[in-house]
Amino acid sequence: MNQQEIAQQKLVEIFAHFGKPSKFSKGLFVFLILIILFAFYAFILQITRGQIVTGMRDYVIWGIYEVNFIFFIGISYAGAMISGILHLLHVEWRKPIIRIAEMITVISVLIGPIYVLLSMGRMDRFLHILEYGRIQSPIVWDVIAIITYLACSILFLYLALIRDYALLRDNQELKIPSFRKKIYRKLAVNYHETPLQKKLLNRGLSVMSAIIIPLAVIVHSVLAWIFGMTIRPGWHSTIFAPYFVIAAVFSGTAVLIIAMWVFRKYYHLEEYITEKHFKYIGLILLVLAGLYGYFTFSEYLTVWYGSETWELEVIYKLFDFSDYGAWFYLAAFVGVLVPMLFTGIPFLRNINTITIGSVVAVICMWIKRYLIIVPTLETPLLPNQDYRPEYVHYHATWVEWSLTAGGVALFLLFFMLFIRFMPIIPVADISEVPEKKDFISEKL
Amino acid sequence: MKNNLPSRRKFLKLGIAAGATALIGGGSVLSAISKVNKPASGDKVKMLSIDGKLMEVDRGHALCCGVPTSQEVRKGIPGRHFVMVIDLSKCRNARKCVSACSKMHFLEPGQEWIKVFLMQDSEDTTPYWFPKPCFHCDAPACVNVCPVGATFKREDGVVLIDNERCIGCKFCMAACPYSSRVFNWKKPELKPESNYSPESSVPQKIGTVGKCDFCPDLFASGTLPDCVTACPNGVYYFGDKNEDVVTNGVESLRFSELVKNKAAYRYMEELGTRPSVYYLPPVDRSFPYERGFEELPEEMKKAYKVKRAHLKKFKI
Repeated sequence: MNQQEIAQQKLVEIFAHFGKPSKFSKGLFVFLILIILFAFYAFILQITRGQIVTGMRDYVIWGIYEVNFIFFIGISYAGAMISGILHLLHVEWRKPIIRIAEMITVISVLIGPIYVLLSMGRMDRFLHILEYGRIQSPIVWDVIAIITYLACSILFLYLALIRDYALLRDNQELKIPSFRKKIYRKLAVNYHETPLQKKLLNRGLSVMSAIIIPLAVIVHSVLAWIFGMTIRPGWHSTIFAPYFVIAAVFSGTAVLIIAMWVFRKYYHLEEYITEKHFKYIGLILLVLAGLYGYFTFSEYLTVWYGSETWELEVIYKLFDFSDYGAWFYLAAFVGVLVPMLFTGIPFLRNINTITIGSVVAVICMWIKRYLIIVPTLETPLLPNQDYRPEYVHYHATWVEWSLTAGGVALFLLFFMLFIRFMPIIPVADISEVPEKKDFISEKL
Repeated sequence: MKNNLPSRRKFLKLGIAAGATALIGGGSVLSAISKVNKPASGDKVKMLSIDGKLMEVDRGHALCCGVPTSQEVRKGIPGRHFVMVIDLSKCRNARKCVSACSKMHFLEPGQEWIKVFLMQDSEDTTPYWFPKPCFHCDAPACVNVCPVGATFKREDGVVLIDNERCIGCKFCMAACPYSSRVFNWKKPELKPESNYSPESSVPQKIGTVGKCDFCPDLFASGTLPDCVTACPNGVYYFGDKNEDVVTNGVESLRFSELVKNKAAYRYMEELGTRPSVYYLPPVDRSFPYERGFEELPEEMKKAYKVKRAHLKKFKI
């Protein structure tokens, strides 16, 4: 055995424990199931009693369901953009982390649309979109884009997995139950690394990574246009699509960093996911934070300077501490500056601080999506003179919060499920090419 | 249902024929209607003749139509363009339009298809009451964004909702700049025994959107919408722009002249939605605006005040 083979065998061994969950993961599993069951109870309540159990009313017609939808679709950018671009540019160090990124993509694109269904008054009529769909409606654009995106990201993930399955199938030293062998045999689709197969697979991967980048851009642009196409303050903005795209890549990258940290700890992958990876992805996060901050500044400066009455009403709600001020400043400044400090200043930069910066970014991006949706809806053109307080201000109810928690729990649960059947580090890839020394790695 | 179809068509044809005779010499919708053989019920309804006269017709004669098919509902009445003119100088927030509308459409308590706003354009101008039904825009933002075509624009200018197709995505509510749409957040408490039609919008359906529908089920038979007849001050004028006549149930006026002479405007013309509802400015008012608070419950009074304080806070 040469060095590479030893490294590969080591990795294979790590992921061979698929079958034996640790005590911790068993506990986590039960905990997540409990949260999901509670969310399911809330869901049943909403189905039977109607959306009256949510905080949504005639003015604020979309609440945190829509926030969660944008949030989950946003973090799906981890796989699409980061993994797609790094793959296309043949960046060597991407290899240990792209699998995680692609998993995030698939899982979050599976969960995001659940919230669209939840915010629909009649989810039993969802198929009306197929039956009566009108291409003029941005919602139909969204449905088409997300379904395509989901299909492509699953394909992208799977194509990259084929070689790993072939490897697991062929590895004789691995002691795994025969049913797993059978699954691997099926999933490896008779891949034997012949020159032709290899060529085709690589080409397929390149094509998919080229497709998935514009597709991801389209998905979030269309999502932004659901808001941008309406004539409402805070929404009707020409930069909304690129703003959403940047915000999505920003939050997706942050989630990727958090996931890297978690898996590195849990599987003891210090050898494979190194500080260098955190610093490189951290630099990407730094650039994205800067871009996102720039977009935010540009958006609010133009609107505030223009001083249209309707627009100003929303702006002042965001700037005023008695309204959304605290949240706005948190999202616009803390959410941008903290990640920038931890990724940009060398002596502050290490694995843990970069991860903390990412956590801050993710939380602030959720808040930011809330600030996009709720204050605008609370500011109609004609004054809201409703005497019922719940029709004037939106407050999410426990039903909505528990369904939100349910979504996060489902996200983690899916992850636990995925890592049972997929090596979170591309085993075949990593052992194939010896790592080259990157020129920037010296400087960091 | 199909059996009734010819009679509805017949009525419409007769209406147009009557229109033609009216041009030649003094015919009316009444004469056309009387040709439809139906037993008299003794109950009189107010109807508008082609030349703009208001007359009383037996309900049995007037209600000639069966339930129209869904295609007919989506098409509307050819050759018409229904409009409303709201005279702001006469409104004192009596809210009779609101209650009549809610009663007729079996709306949930608190739900309003017509909202009466207290408007104040700037600090220096006096407040005025602003009743607002759906504007039935000619370039309706709500219709554009509907993913399933549940809300649609008819040939006669009316924008309706098919609550049996609506998926409750509420995108139309986000798109409408006038907050004209309301949502059925829970199961309707009132359960009228009638077959649903987008023209009557009754009964309300959970998880779908509702709004002012201009009462097309009434004007198919020539009856005025309930808000028009319920208003004690004759604020609402309803009619047909093509026929150039509007009426508030008391007087009938030429639409073009009314709009010209009283400097009518459409709310927020710059939004480009081209509403079918025109407003006459609140000049030479019949009532001081304070009268509008007289019969209001305390909580509503507070809600009207809160808004003005809110705007002052932002100095806008």
